Amino acid sequence: MSGANRIAGQGRLTPAKTARFTFDGKTIDALVGDTVASALLANGVHLVGRSFKYHRPRGILSAGPEEPNALIDVSRDAARRQPNVRAPVQEVFDGMKVESQNRFPSLAFDIGGINNLLSPFFAAGFYYKTFMWPKAAWEKVYEPFIRKAAGLGVSPTEEDPDHYANRYAHCDVLVAGAGVAGLSAALAAAEAGARVILVDEQPEVGGALHFDTSVKIDGQSGYDWAQATAAKLKAMENVTVLTRTTAFGYYNHNFVGLVERVTDHLPKPDKKLPRERLWQVRAKRVILATGSIERHMVFANNDRPGIMLASAARTYLNHFGVAVGRKVGVYTANDSAYEAAFDLKRAGVTIAAIVDNRDKPGDAVLTEARRLGIEVLTGHSVIDTKGKLRVSSMSVARNGGGSARSIAIDALLMSAGWTPSVHLFSQSRGKVAYDAATGRFLPGTYAQDCLSVGSCNGTDGLQATIEESLAAGELMARATGNEGGNKLELSGENAFEWTGGMAGAAEGAGIDTTVKAFVDFQNDVCAKDIRLAVREGMHSIEHIKRFTTNGMATDQGKLSNIHGLAIASEVLNREIPKIGLTTFRAPYTPVTFGALISHSRGDLFDPARKTPMHAWEEAHGAVFEDVGNWKRAWYYPRSGETMHDAVNRECRTVRNAAGLFDASTLGKIEVVGPDAAEFLNLMYTNAWDTLKPGRCRYGIMLREDGFVYDDGVVGRLAEDRFHVTTTTGGAPRVMNHMEDYLQTEFPHLKVWLTSTTEQWAVIAVQGPKAREILEPLVEGIDISNEAFPHMSVREGKICGVPTRLFRMSFTGEAGYEVNVPADYGQAIWEAIWARAEPLGACAYGTETMHVLRAEKGYIIVGQDTDGTVTPYDASLGWAVSKKKTDFVGIRGLKRPDLVKEGRKQLVGLLTKDPNVVLEEGAQIVADPNEPKPMKMLGHVTSSYWSENCGRSIAMALVAGGQARLGQTLYVPMPDRTIAVEVSEMVFVDKEGGRLNG
Amino acid sequence: MRKYSVFAVAREAMRGHKGWEAQWTSPEPRKEYDVIIVGGGGHGLGAAYYLAKEHGITNIAVIEKGWLGGGNTGRNTTIIRSNYLYDESMDIYEHSLKLWEGLSQDLNYNVMYSPRGVMMLSHNVHDKQSFQRHVHANRLYGIDNEWLTPQQAKEFVPVLDISASARYPINGAALQRRGGTARHDAVAWGYARAASDRGVHVIQNCEVKGIRRGPDGAVTGVETSKGFIGAKKVAVSASGHNSVILSMADVKLPLHSVPLQALVSEPMKPIFPCVVMSNSVHAYISQSDKGELVIGAGTDQYNSYSQTGGLQIITHTLDAICELFPMFRRVKMMRQWGGITDNTPDRSAIQGVTPVKNLFVNCGWGTGGFKATPGSAHLFAYLIAKGEPHRLAAGLTLDRFRTGRLIDEAAAAAVAH
Repeated sequence: MSGANRIAGQGRLTPAKTARFTFDGKTIDALVGDTVASALLANGVHLVGRSFKYHRPRGILSAGPEEPNALIDVSRDAARRQPNVRAPVQEVFDGMKVESQNRFPSLAFDIGGINNLLSPFFAAGFYYKTFMWPKAAWEKVYEPFIRKAAGLGVSPTEEDPDHYANRYAHCDVLVAGAGVAGLSAALAAAEAGARVILVDEQPEVGGALHFDTSVKIDGQSGYDWAQATAAKLKAMENVTVLTRTTAFGYYNHNFVGLVERVTDHLPKPDKKLPRERLWQVRAKRVILATGSIERHMVFANNDRPGIMLASAARTYLNHFGVAVGRKVGVYTANDSAYEAAFDLKRAGVTIAAIVDNRDKPGDAVLTEARRLGIEVLTGHSVIDTKGKLRVSSMSVARNGGGSARSIAIDALLMSAGWTPSVHLFSQSRGKVAYDAATGRFLPGTYAQDCLSVGSCNGTDGLQATIEESLAAGELMARATGNEGGNKLELSGENAFEWTGGMAGAAEGAGIDTTVKAFVDFQNDVCAKDIRLAVREGMHSIEHIKRFTTNGMATDQGKLSNIHGLAIASEVLNREIPKIGLTTFRAPYTPVTFGALISHSRGDLFDPARKTPMHAWEEAHGAVFEDVGNWKRAWYYPRSGETMHDAVNRECRTVRNAAGLFDASTLGKIEVVGPDAAEFLNLMYTNAWDTLKPGRCRYGIMLREDGFVYDDGVVGRLAEDRFHVTTTTGGAPRVMNHMEDYLQTEFPHLKVWLTSTTEQWAVIAVQGPKAREILEPLVEGIDISNEAFPHMSVREGKICGVPTRLFRMSFTGEAGYEVNVPADYGQAIWEAIWARAEPLGACAYGTETMHVLRAEKGYIIVGQDTDGTVTPYDASLGWAVSKKKTDFVGIRGLKRPDLVKEGRKQLVGLLTKDPNVVLEEGAQIVADPNEPKPMKMLGHVTSSYWSENCGRSIAMALVAGGQARLGQTLYVPMPDRTIAVEVSEMVFVDKEGGRLNG
Repeated sequence: MRKYSVFAVAREAMRGHKGWEAQWTSPEPRKEYDVIIVGGGGHGLGAAYYLAKEHGITNIAVIEKGWLGGGNTGRNTTIIRSNYLYDESMDIYEHSLKLWEGLSQDLNYNVMYSPRGVMMLSHNVHDKQSFQRHVHANRLYGIDNEWLTPQQAKEFVPVLDISASARYPINGAALQRRGGTARHDAVAWGYARAASDRGVHVIQNCEVKGIRRGPDGAVTGVETSKGFIGAKKVAVSASGHNSVILSMADVKLPLHSVPLQALVSEPMKPIFPCVVMSNSVHAYISQSDKGELVIGAGTDQYNSYSQTGGLQIITHTLDAICELFPMFRRVKMMRQWGGITDNTPDRSAIQGVTPVKNLFVNCGWGTGGFKATPGSAHLFAYLIAKGEPHRLAAGLTLDRFRTGRLIDEAAAAAVAH
């Protein structure tokens, strides 16, 4: 049995196909194809949730994604749990666990319901007026209370084990929505030969044909026609039909985001399937066939479980075979709701009465109601309802006064008319226009290549919709160059034309300021709250929205926005379009983060870059550090060694014997062309035309503002060819920087730039034994001191492999950097290591590199400089050409503040106690006893224990630093003050003789 | 002005809240004002309030093209902090933070300043050096900011993943406990109400079309969609459109305007206790009082005045958020939006005089202007009243781009703030 309210012979589900799930621990029998909402209703469960603010009992209001009330927590297992799922959208599967939300201790008895009793205090915006005393209580008492009361579902707490997929697609015509309009448009476009993508959020196509069983198209029932048409489209090669897929966002240049729900309805999904798939579609044309959403009536206590939209009740009956009640009332301002009563009546449900707040409904529906023996009360309103956990009666009164009559019911259907879904149109930056005759916002001015068809375009009749949609499909196909197909014709007929509708508070919402006539159900915004907002001076719809939170719930105002607007319009006595409409923003319905990120997680979030020698380093015990997205060998601890021990050993070994260092991560750019030297002259402060082929030079690059941007050694291989190196972190931005200038400022130069960072593996061999290690391995290059002095570059071979060999040093020792094609990196490293190890050399990592360069006072851009440092500040004035009349930053460098006295300059620092190592980032002051805020002279940029010096060393940016050499300054730490002496920056081999060793 | 209090709310509760009056009045513009402030966001409304309260100038109009607080005041992710690096920044942001601490009481409007803490995650040695530099500088200035070990960070934010296997493992964090969030709309409304109470005219739906100048070059008023309105002084504080307004007086500002996006999730019960930012992973996140996760995204790569942006910016941000907090992958994005930020070359604000006499500007707050609101407004009022900057805003002059005395927080932090 799949529920006592399932009516035999009704609906399209198969009685034999059953599924079973739990709701708050209770077993619910359902049919395959049910939604959670339809299954609960079949079992007579109307109470499904609690509202946000007052914790009012709430039921199922709708049969679609506009659902504000029936939000549930759905789980497959502990890690696959999802809060805030819309019960009318979630399909059931065997074994699913459903829990209600926002209630304690139980759904039927929720302690938070006390808020409902206190609601006179909780008027819109009340929290702006109180909770201010005592001051500290906001954070400690009031806010935690509010936060705990707010929020709906409970966040997942485990990592999501499911995976998601991402696809990019292009098409001629994207059709959003597969009701009558969308199917017709897609068919016409597809027949003409266009590449079509048709999407619909429901499991099956059909849209309103799910409930409107009076429709016939081409002689078939509307629903059958829809399925047959979808089958036909699916069989066409040029068409993709995506169901369970929401077009959620319409971005610039006809870029539309879709999300396809792939497995959430399956009992045991194939593990290979993604849970959801993000489609990023670039469409030449878009057809919006997004339909419209029925509005509720705004009247007193319109929120009790059992009160729902008329079309929803029709869906539950005609599609799911479920009667939402046995004695049903209808409250409407629109003809369409009558059809719900007719369908239910024919299925054997008692219709207590149709209450129509209009004096003159359509004749056709009145006649049919009379024929079916249904009482119709025109010119009447429902002014109140009763029933604690489910509606039990409605009070009906004649408009304009008169005594109320109570009518017993167990469900109440309502309809205030239909709101065209202009969400995607508006997201495309199209401007909506207000149609005063029908009281609707409709597509006005288009901003992109799209068209709206059907009821989202305000087209009412069935045949008119079909014709408009067929024409739009053909037009868009032709516009994208498709010439096939014949003009299509389809005929449709339906029982009744739908007319009427109202927006705003119905009679019965009253002007009374205590009546709860809900406009926004989830956020508990009532008509009186909108009126209060206006009274308090909130006259713009954005202010009203933000003050009352109307339209800010998970349905983003799909039901409430127009009502809110109409109430404000009434109170302000100003026309609706003059109050404006809040901006429609993506997404149309909420989209799972996981789908948006799809594969971009873990290693694919940001792939870790590894050098060609990574495996060797790993095998030799290296500890790695993250530098940008590189993994760099940090130090190589031997057994029992701490980091400190290892670094000390490595530092000693390099200065006393030699060391191997993996420098592959340095950025490398090949600058080639007849104007290469001139280009570098413009990009760097140094002069490059004077550099001879075969020689290298340390270069500094500035930004336009005159501050140091990057540095590196550049080798000239030939007149027209330079091998440029950059910092590791700077590689991509320096390349962009150069390209930017080459293309925009210096396009007349014949220069080509190629990033070669990953093409070269770089092995630095540094130390007194470096030459002894390399000499036997190198072929075709004389690496004697005389033939190959410091700052030289040669091309030749090493171990039979082509190399660019640099004589250069970042340690202060004689050194070489062996560049070989990346694929040979590890083999050559191993060959050099085989020579080096017996000679007492070691492999060293970035930490030792840092210490050794600091011992020599070599700076690291980005550590010792921070974007506010000129070359002069860094004692690198020697690298700025005095002769050049132009280079990037030359003008910035001359600005008054960049040349004035007292700038922060890079200097050395020696702690008075040689055993104290300063903290990098620590601030420096002259007077340690000054009260706060203290005058800070600068900060420590680099600081290490130097085993070679037998003491700590540091570099620092200090105001007027060069003039302070020998001065004592102070570094105040939380627990002590450290006295330091300002010193030169070179701590080892001040004369530099070792470089030439 | 009717005072707000729990007693007033209780009294009104008994009579259906019929006694509340408009929070601000919307009068027709006068012919002339002592001061016209262009831009009805938090900075502009606040400046009007402080002019009236502290400088005795009440013949003021705040002119707003749209609705109050509808620009970046109502679009930002409401983060408040003062743990900046340079003295000029600490001066203004700490001044601002101190005003935040008493703002609800000062305005008699609950702006919900919530010192829940702002935590900046460090992922590598470079981050650590940078954040410790901030921590030390802040400490010596007198601003709270402390260094936490990964374990201490996790105690403060239990959902933090501090495992070493993360793609970007956390090696520590800087925490400013007085940092936090506030309710953005309430800031605009609270200032508007308090300013209106002191006689300030708040004029909405009034677009400035031109700036009129007298024979001596000094401003004499503004041309608007409601006609010419005279003014002895004009002060512009129009965020993304500052450069457009100032160009009407032939003042060129070193600004570029780009859309900045943000998003919120569906509301959930409390799970995230404070604000967490990560510069290396490019993400920041907090949870609102309503329960939504509030997530700031990046700026588009090109200049634009369109208050929308590309999907790829959003997905990239969520990549980062879910990398830091994998538990949020099943959470849903409820709404995304954009605002136009005005950015200076050094990413610090400009507040000062302009080459045009009696024309003042407050701009360039870029992606971080909300936190500065009370401080900026307070010092802007001083500038307008006295004609010269307050000591605490003295570094923010337009002139610095000529002299090179930049305040490059971006260079120091290597990320937007």
